[in-house]
Amino acid sequence: MALSAARIGRRRAQNALFVGFCFLVTTLALTALALILYSLLIQGVGGLNLRLFTMSTPAAGTPGGLINAIVGSIMMCTLAMAMALAVGVMAGTWLAEYAGESRYGSVVRFLNDVLLSAPSILVGLFVYEILVAPFKGFSGFAGAVALALLAVPVITRTTEDVLKLQPTSLRESAIALGTPFWHVVRTVLWRAASSGIITGALLAFARISGETAPLLFTALNNQFFSWNMAKPMANLPVVIFQFALTPYSDLNQLAWAGALIIAASVLAVTIIARFVSRDPKPS
Amino acid sequence: MSTAEISAADPAPRRLASARGSGLEPVFHAACFMAATTLLAALGGVLVALAIGGWPAIAKFGVGFLTNVTWDPVQDVYGAAGPIVGTLITSALALLFALPVAGGVAFFLVELCPPALRRPIGTAVELLAGIPSIVYGMWGLFVFAPMFAKWVEIPAMAAAPADSIWSTLVQGIPNGSGILAASIILAIMILPFMAATLRELLHTVPAQVRESAYGLGATTGEVVMKVTLPYVRRGAIGAVMLGLGRALGETMAVTFIIGNSHDFPKGLFDAGSTIASTIANEFNEASGMQQSALIALGLVLFLITFIVLALARLLLRNQARL
Amino acid sequence: MTDPAPESLTPGTAEEVGARAIAPGTDNSIIEIAPERIKIDVQNLDFFYGKSQALKGVSMSVARSAVTALIGPSGCGKSTLLRTLNRMYGLYPGHRATGKILFDDEDILGPGVDLSLLRARIGMVFQKPTPFPMSIHDNVAFGVRLYESLSRAEMNDRVEESLRRAALWDEVKDKLTTSGLGLSGGQQQRLCVARCIAVRPEVLLLDEPTSALDPISSARLEETITRLKSDYTIVIVTHNLGQAARLSDYTGFMYLGELVEFDETANMFTKPVTKRASDYITGRFG
Repeated sequence: MALSAARIGRRRAQNALFVGFCFLVTTLALTALALILYSLLIQGVGGLNLRLFTMSTPAAGTPGGLINAIVGSIMMCTLAMAMALAVGVMAGTWLAEYAGESRYGSVVRFLNDVLLSAPSILVGLFVYEILVAPFKGFSGFAGAVALALLAVPVITRTTEDVLKLQPTSLRESAIALGTPFWHVVRTVLWRAASSGIITGALLAFARISGETAPLLFTALNNQFFSWNMAKPMANLPVVIFQFALTPYSDLNQLAWAGALIIAASVLAVTIIARFVSRDPKPS
Repeated sequence: MSTAEISAADPAPRRLASARGSGLEPVFHAACFMAATTLLAALGGVLVALAIGGWPAIAKFGVGFLTNVTWDPVQDVYGAAGPIVGTLITSALALLFALPVAGGVAFFLVELCPPALRRPIGTAVELLAGIPSIVYGMWGLFVFAPMFAKWVEIPAMAAAPADSIWSTLVQGIPNGSGILAASIILAIMILPFMAATLRELLHTVPAQVRESAYGLGATTGEVVMKVTLPYVRRGAIGAVMLGLGRALGETMAVTFIIGNSHDFPKGLFDAGSTIASTIANEFNEASGMQQSALIALGLVLFLITFIVLALARLLLRNQARL
Repeated sequence: MTDPAPESLTPGTAEEVGARAIAPGTDNSIIEIAPERIKIDVQNLDFFYGKSQALKGVSMSVARSAVTALIGPSGCGKSTLLRTLNRMYGLYPGHRATGKILFDDEDILGPGVDLSLLRARIGMVFQKPTPFPMSIHDNVAFGVRLYESLSRAEMNDRVEESLRRAALWDEVKDKLTTSGLGLSGGQQQRLCVARCIAVRPEVLLLDEPTSALDPISSARLEETITRLKSDYTIVIVTHNLGQAARLSDYTGFMYLGELVEFDETANMFTKPVTKRASDYITGRFG
C-alpha cells in the first residue's frame, strides 16, 4: 500500500492543529479562572479587617461589617443541611435498599437527577408561594427550606451510590445473623458507607452556601443582627448582591470581602470533602 | 493456638421472642419511602406552585405572553418575549464558547497532559466548578465589564463599517454590559463543570480501545475525534445538555451584566434580559399582575429546563453516574 | 478420614452398597440416616430463579453434630441448596423454593416462620470475609445483642468464649477495641466464625469459607471447623475435594441441580456408587 507523503503530511498538520488548540484553550481557561481568583483575592483582601466580623451591615457612608450576614448564612445553611440530611439519607437508602428495580424507583431516581440541576431561582419562587406568601412575611426558616430543597438531591444521589457500592455479602452476613433489616442498614451499611455520605453532605453544603437566587424571595435580608429565623434574615449572598449594585464604593468593598469569604469557605469545604472521600481508613 | 475448651453442648441461650427491633422494620421502611416521595412531591410542588401563581397572567395574555415584547408595569401589560429570547441567546452563545474550550481542556487532561500535571490541573478544574456564581457575577461587573468595553466594544464599534452587517451586530452601548458580555461570563461559569464532566466521560473509554487506535498509527487528534469521542457520543451530548440546562437557569452570573432591558437586544453589545435576571430584579417589588407575570415567566423557564435536563439524563443514563 | 485413592476407584455395585439406597425413579444413590440423628431433613426440594429451575427434587438428611460436605462442579446448585437452609434466598424477588425442609420437625419453608429466630439458630459464613465496620468486640457481640440481655461481664465472657472457639482469641485479646477491618484475611474469616457462634446456633452453614484464604489460614480454619464439630451441625460447600475428604463425615455430590449421590465420606471417596460421582472425584470433569 503506497503511503502518500502528502496524506501523512496533512494528517500531521491536522494533528498539530488539534494539539495546539487543546494547549491553547487549556491555557486560556486556566488563565481566565486564575484571573478571577486573583481579582477576588486582591479586591476582597482590602476589605478584610476585624470590623468585618464584629459589626453588622451598614448604610452607605458608615462603617460596618458582615457579621450578621455571616451568622445568618451559617444558621440557615446548618438548618438546611439538617433537614436535607434527614430526607436525603433516607431517600437514598430507600432507592438503594428497598426500591430495587421498581418503576417507581426509576421515576424517583430520574426526577431526583432533574431536581439536582434545576434552576435555583425557581425553587425560591416555590418556597415563596408556600412559606412566605401565606404567612405574609419573609423568614430565615423559609430560606433554610429553599436551601434544603437544593441540597436533598445531592445527598440522595451520593447516599444511593455509596450504599450500592457495599458488597452484597456484607448485607447478607448481617441478615444471616437474623438482624432486622433496618438494623442492618443503621449499624452496618450506613457505617460502612459513612465516609461517602459525609462527602456528599460536605459537597451539598458547599453548593448551598453560595446560592443567592433562592434566598432573594425567602429570607430576603436584614440590616441588623438577629437570631430570629421567623423573620427576614441577613445572609452573605444577598448582601453581596445588593451591595455590589449600589454606587457606593465602601459597600462595594464589603461585597468583595463577602465574596472572598464565600469562595474561600466553599473551597475549604470542597477540599475537606475530597480528603474525607480519599481517606482509606480501615474503620 | 490455644487449646479451646469446647465443653459439652452449651445450654440453649435464653432468647427474646423475636430479634430486638424487628417491630420497627415497617416504620423504617415507611419513613424511607416517605422521604423518597417527598422528593417527587417537591418537584411536583414547584410545577404546581408556578402554574397556580402564573395562571392569572397566562389567562389574561394567553399565547401572546410568549410573543409580546411589551413589559409595562404601569399599564399592567406583560409580554415575555424579551427575556425568553435573551435566555435562549445567552445560553446558546455561552454553550458555543464553552463547549470547544471544555472539550479542549478535557482532551488535554486525558491525552496530552504530562502525568505530573494531570492531578493538579484536574483538581483545579473540579474545585473551580464549585465557585458560586455570584463570584463570577461580581467579577463580571467590576473587572470584566470595563475591560471588555475598553478593549473589545469600543474598538469593534469604531471599526465596523457603517450600514454593514457588522455594524448591526455591534450595536449597543459600550459600557461593558450586554448580551455578549453576559454570554461570555456565563460561558466561563459553566466551563469548569463541563470540562470535568467531559473528562470523566472520556475516562470511561477502556484503555484497550485507545491503545488499539494508537497502535494502528493514528495521531492523537485522530484518536480523540474518531475513536474516543464517538465512543462516548451519547454521554457527551448528555453532558452538553446538562451544561445547557445550567446556563438556562443561571441567575447571578448574568444579572449583573446583562443590562436589564425588556426589549429584544438590537446588537451583541445591547442590553437584554434573561428570565432569571428579570425575576431576580423585579420580583420583590412586584405585586398583583406583575408578580403573576413573573411567576408565569418562571413556569416557562421550568418547562424549558425540564425538557433539556430530562433529555440530558436520558442520554446519560447508561453512563457511569455523573 | 481415609484419603481418596483415585486409582482404586470403581463404581460400586448395588450389592456392595449394603445400607445405601437408590432413590426410586432415578440413578441417584442417597443413603438414609437414622431419624434420631437427623438435624435437618430436606424433602423433595425444588428451587427456581425466576423461570429457571436450579434444584430438582433434592432430598437429603443432615446429621447432627457432624460435618456434611456438598461438592460438585460450578453451577450444580450446592450453594443454592445451602442458602435455602436459612432462607437467605428470600431477599431476592423471583427466587422461590417448594418442598419441605424439616429443622427439628418444623418445616422452615412453611408460612409463619420467624426468619430472624431461624437465622439465630442457623448461622452462615460466606466465601468473602465480611467483618462489620466496628470493633472486634462489637463484631462478635453484634448478634448476641439482638436476642439476649447480657450484663457487660457476661457479654465479655461470651465474646471471649466465641473467639477462643474460633481460634482467634490469642491473636486479638489485646486489641478487642480496634476495628475488625484491620485484621488479615484469615483472621477476618475466623472473626466471622466467632461472630456466628457467639449467638449459640445449632447449625453452621459454610459457603466455601477457605476459597479466599491463603493455605496457612485455610489450614487453621479447617482445624477450627474440626474442633467445632462436636457441638454444632455443620454443612460446608466446597470446591476442594481434599477439604471435603478431610473434614466431613457425610458428603453429597450434586450435578445440574440434582443430588446425585449422598453417602458417608469414607465410602464416597473410595467406593462411589454412581458413575457421575466417580468421574467427578477422579477428576474426569470438574
